[in-house]
Amino acid sequence: MISARPLHLRPAYDVLVVGGGPAGMAAALGAREAGAERVLMVDREPEAGGILNQCIHNGFGLHHFKEELTGPEYAQRFLEQVLEHEVDVLTDAYVLDVDGARRTAVMSPEHGVRGVDAHAVVLAMGARERTRGAVRIPGQRPAGVMTAGFAQKLVNQAGYLPGRRVVVLGSGDIGLIMARRLVLEGAEVLGVFEILPHVNGLSRNVVQCLQDFDIPLHLSTTVTRIHGRDRVESVSVAPVDEALRPLPARGWEVPCDTLLLSIGLIPENELSRRLRLRLDPVTTGPVVTSAMETSRDGVFACGNVVHIHDLVDYVTQESLLAGRSAGAFALGAAAAPDNVRLVPGENVVSCVPHTITTEREHVVYLRVRRALKPCTLRLGEVYERPLRYVVPGETVMVKVRPRFLEAFHGDALRVDVVPREEGAP
Amino acid sequence: MLSYDVTIVGGGVIGCAIARELSRYRLRVLLLERAAEVGFGTSKANSGIIHAGHHSDPSTLKGRLEWEGNRRWPALAASLGFGFRRIGELTVAFDEDDRRTLRTLLERGERKGVPGLELWPSARVRAEEPNLSTEIVEALHAPTAAVVNPYEACFALAESAVRNGVELACGEPVKAIDRDPEGLFLHTAARTVRSRFVINAAGLHADRVAELAGAEPFTVKARKGEEYLLDKRLVGMVKRLIFPCPTPHSKGILVIPTFDGTLMVGPTAHLTDKDDLTTTAEGAEEAFAGGRRLVPGISERDCIAEFAGLRAVLEGEDFLIGPTRVRGFLNVAGIQSPGLTAAPAIAERVVAMLADEGLELESDDAFEEGVEPPVHVAELDLAELAALAARDPRYARIACRCENVTEGEVLDAVARGGRTLDGIKFRTRAGMGRCQGGFCTWRCLALLSEATRAPIASLTKRGGGSWIACERGDRAAGEVGHD
Repeated sequence: MISARPLHLRPAYDVLVVGGGPAGMAAALGAREAGAERVLMVDREPEAGGILNQCIHNGFGLHHFKEELTGPEYAQRFLEQVLEHEVDVLTDAYVLDVDGARRTAVMSPEHGVRGVDAHAVVLAMGARERTRGAVRIPGQRPAGVMTAGFAQKLVNQAGYLPGRRVVVLGSGDIGLIMARRLVLEGAEVLGVFEILPHVNGLSRNVVQCLQDFDIPLHLSTTVTRIHGRDRVESVSVAPVDEALRPLPARGWEVPCDTLLLSIGLIPENELSRRLRLRLDPVTTGPVVTSAMETSRDGVFACGNVVHIHDLVDYVTQESLLAGRSAGAFALGAAAAPDNVRLVPGENVVSCVPHTITTEREHVVYLRVRRALKPCTLRLGEVYERPLRYVVPGETVMVKVRPRFLEAFHGDALRVDVVPREEGAP
Repeated sequence: MLSYDVTIVGGGVIGCAIARELSRYRLRVLLLERAAEVGFGTSKANSGIIHAGHHSDPSTLKGRLEWEGNRRWPALAASLGFGFRRIGELTVAFDEDDRRTLRTLLERGERKGVPGLELWPSARVRAEEPNLSTEIVEALHAPTAAVVNPYEACFALAESAVRNGVELACGEPVKAIDRDPEGLFLHTAARTVRSRFVINAAGLHADRVAELAGAEPFTVKARKGEEYLLDKRLVGMVKRLIFPCPTPHSKGILVIPTFDGTLMVGPTAHLTDKDDLTTTAEGAEEAFAGGRRLVPGISERDCIAEFAGLRAVLEGEDFLIGPTRVRGFLNVAGIQSPGLTAAPAIAERVVAMLADEGLELESDDAFEEGVEPPVHVAELDLAELAALAARDPRYARIACRCENVTEGEVLDAVARGGRTLDGIKFRTRAGMGRCQGGFCTWRCLALLSEATRAPIASLTKRGGGSWIACERGDRAAGEVGHD
């Protein structure tokens, strides 16, 4: 794998990108594409690539590269381009602080603590996993309760197993993929338990990771208690009622030594908070314009820091845009401001970006509240499109073209995903 | 066979404080701890409160030692460098009964000489702590209340003791005690030692240790306290410790701004088994209901971690400190709340008792009061951090990014005796933040393995069978170098 080359860290850059995962790499490329000369990408790991480096399964790049790659391959292709385009890559480094004037403090063993000024900053720190505390599972606190992502690092990068007999709580993609990985590595996966009546990960992962490996999936069922003094010895599981309250009388106990949690991701927004960015209470990421600019001038954000993406290809697409916008801003050629707010309406929990303009084409990402079979996506009164199905676990992408908005003169556009009306096609 | 003047059974905060106090003298002292590291029992699950001094009845031993202990903490913290902050407390009243209780507490405190106690009318309460319940009619302010990191205090006391010559043996529960005219013999799986004096500071297991020695029997019961830590977002929501009016058995559910600022609600108080460290749905409900009664803005949704600790409780609810019918065997048992507060005073009292029992105390001129405190990068400003990073690049590499803990701090924790993930976590905060170790666990394991040359699969969360990862291949998880 190509790594970063030795770097003379400059005191000022056109664009500084925080994070060298898929979002950061695409943003750096986007910034160069827009004409920014001096672009710095900072990553805390010794190798850029972010979480992709531990995702050794395939399925990446089908949209962007039209071929199926593993995570490290996808990262490698981007890193090669990043280096070719002479982006300064600073790994093994950490951005301690960013202020409203886009002055940053960067720390690395090689360079110590250094002040770096940037004309534009792109936040691409990714996400972290929700933990046991977030779902508050009662019981003892033995070793062996861990997030699926930590287990993934342990198995795929460090070469150890998290345990031998594994229960997975939550049906996020990492959990499904780790269930399969652990079976392949010789562990026993006793089941995947999901409190909701539907899977949180992609449908293709349910088929390829669980069904193909005969791993039982228990929907509307959750872990109610953890047992074991030193190490996990078993977990109690129980079905839940419609209000998601466990029904212990119908529960049972599963002997195991490991409980993997795949209960969702949370945008990593420590720096966003330091910058006092406006945050969306639903996505918990920054509120962004159609240029992926946050509530602070010259501070952009992309990838899982903004909202959780299903596919890395979408991260790439969004981050190229964020990088181009940051590059343009740094050169004094920022895009015209947005003139339309998007408002989540019926069965829509979140929309990203939060605003758009009637001048350009946009990709809008939606999350729905509940699953619907044939249904209709509606943008105010100006646009309507039939959808085959929607599920809460999968993002809905809508291309909004300027011509849809020609007849629109309001300032807010409501987005609904509603059941298909009788008699409609 | 090795022979000691004093052997302390139990490396909780009490045992560590006694060990450190004894290290002032020319004595051979052994501190035996059953867990993998000191402070891993009741002490680490403590609320971390140094009580103001007015809560316990002055006619009880714990009532007297509470205020005596409180006064010793600032100097102790200053010389040992652990976190200590006098943030004060408010005991709040919701009705007339409560107001009478406040007056009893005030009178108790004044009798003991606790300074600064003051009744605040509701308007003052609201001005000082605007997030408290508007139903609070009055509060008793006690400026002498403080918070510490209880495990940090334990580690620092033990470290100071060891530097001043105390021998520390962890992972060694006492299996048997017998005696001859020259002293007592203690047997662990690894060794047999002779000791003129034995201090029973075994916490929950003090009754068993007393029985092994043939001392007067007593029973230690475990009273569990569940605690719930809230997200950093809520830091600053209350500035002081917030207490409801106490009941005879417990100080009630508190809202605790911990030393690090993070809010905590708890502890519950229910008798249970000595190995029951579970948190429960009922406990959470009780803790959050209690917390919300004081601070209505607290929500279960903000919980990031939870834990439970067991208080060692004797019949009569008081401390049991003193000699027994077995010559040379002293009990320091039943040290429940305010045990942490009282610890420095207990240690001095025990040393005085040992002198009464015939132990010669000759000051050791080589005794060093202080310990170089560990660096916490998160507490440094940029200029200080820049200087440190320039001196030692290991302090420029972040290991835990929720709490901004560097590789240098993790390695320092190992150098100071951290041998488990929890030992590193409690010394550095790595793994205590929002992601609860998701990112830093691997780095901490790798650093610990490298520094101690212990294989990854032999490392544990907190000793015993608490292994974290196992080897691939045919070897079964349980067989990979665990005891």
